Amino acid sequence: MLRCLRADLHIHTCLSPCGDLTMSPYRIVKRTRAMKLDILGICDHNSAENIQATINASSDENITVLAGMEVTTAEEVHIIALFDETREVLGLQKQVYEHLPPGVNKEALFGPQIIVNELDEVVGYNKRLLITATSITLKELVEQIHDMGGLAIASHVDRETYGIIGQLGFIPDDLELDALEISPHMTRSDALARFPEIKKFPLVAASDAHHLEDIGKATTSFLLEAPTIDEIRKALRNQLGRRIIIGSNEDSLEV
Amino acid sequence: MKKNKTKISDIIDALNLKIECGEKLLDREIKGGYASDLLSDVMANTKEGDIWVTLQGHPNIVAVAKLKEIAGIILVNNRRPEEETIKKAEAEEVPIMTSALPSFELIGKLHEMGISGMR
Repeated sequence: MLRCLRADLHIHTCLSPCGDLTMSPYRIVKRTRAMKLDILGICDHNSAENIQATINASSDENITVLAGMEVTTAEEVHIIALFDETREVLGLQKQVYEHLPPGVNKEALFGPQIIVNELDEVVGYNKRLLITATSITLKELVEQIHDMGGLAIASHVDRETYGIIGQLGFIPDDLELDALEISPHMTRSDALARFPEIKKFPLVAASDAHHLEDIGKATTSFLLEAPTIDEIRKALRNQLGRRIIIGSNEDSLEV
Repeated sequence: MKKNKTKISDIIDALNLKIECGEKLLDREIKGGYASDLLSDVMANTKEGDIWVTLQGHPNIVAVAKLKEIAGIILVNNRRPEEETIKKAEAEEVPIMTSALPSFELIGKLHEMGISGMR
């Protein structure tokens, strides 16, 4: 049976150098429940080391945590990769780590990259320079994500820096993105008016939350059989009755 | 006295640039210069005949250069254009050169040769 599921597909944890310290699995899940969200995408910068802890933290809840990552391509474009399983995103993480430049994170400058467990206890620090760009090109990355069974969504297309249109002037014709994300800073109709080319793509809204209070600030509701990548893919393609119902940045529903 | 026009071939010789594509187009005059890695900014601010200094090697640089009638593109820091970029650049007649120098050094030298971003 198809049902309406509300998703925030783009959330950071304290593993992202810019993520707030309070963005730990247990607190994220608690906030997600309070915001009445059904699906959560955990997408840290160039790493996925807090995914399993967040999945564990949500095990008693009616919340699905998608295993994601926000990868910085060689063009300095941010792309969200979303998978069902931790092992899938860890496969991508392996590729990403091989394509990050050598160098150690400087906490004082960029912020700490904290690895935690489902009880929000610190278990370690990621020393890599996650803030920077990989040497994976946009085209290679999207193909890689698809080969691994994931969804590739261009992050915050309305943002000048790290958004695909800002970095590259326009969206390349040969790029098979599954959707574009509009940030909470812009309504859907403003984004469409400003960047008419985006109407060719499915549009989703997500919060890109770096702080607890931002979780659910922008969401997308889907009509799905189940909260899985395959079902979301069908919804993005408008197949078999699955579809995007509405994004929270639609003008009529603007919060 | 009228200043001599600077051609792409002049800067290739003077700055030891490597030609990636567009060897037949090097007679083009350079009227000015622009440097940016944000392509949306390049689309907004370059002028016809500019030489464009960037580190982006994505195929979109060709479309932007063509759209804005840019004289040619120089990739800095030993960056190389993607294969697809070279193919497109050949088809669209956009010369692409590469330099081992970082942007700051290369632009300084272009400026010394009389190429300006202000016109």
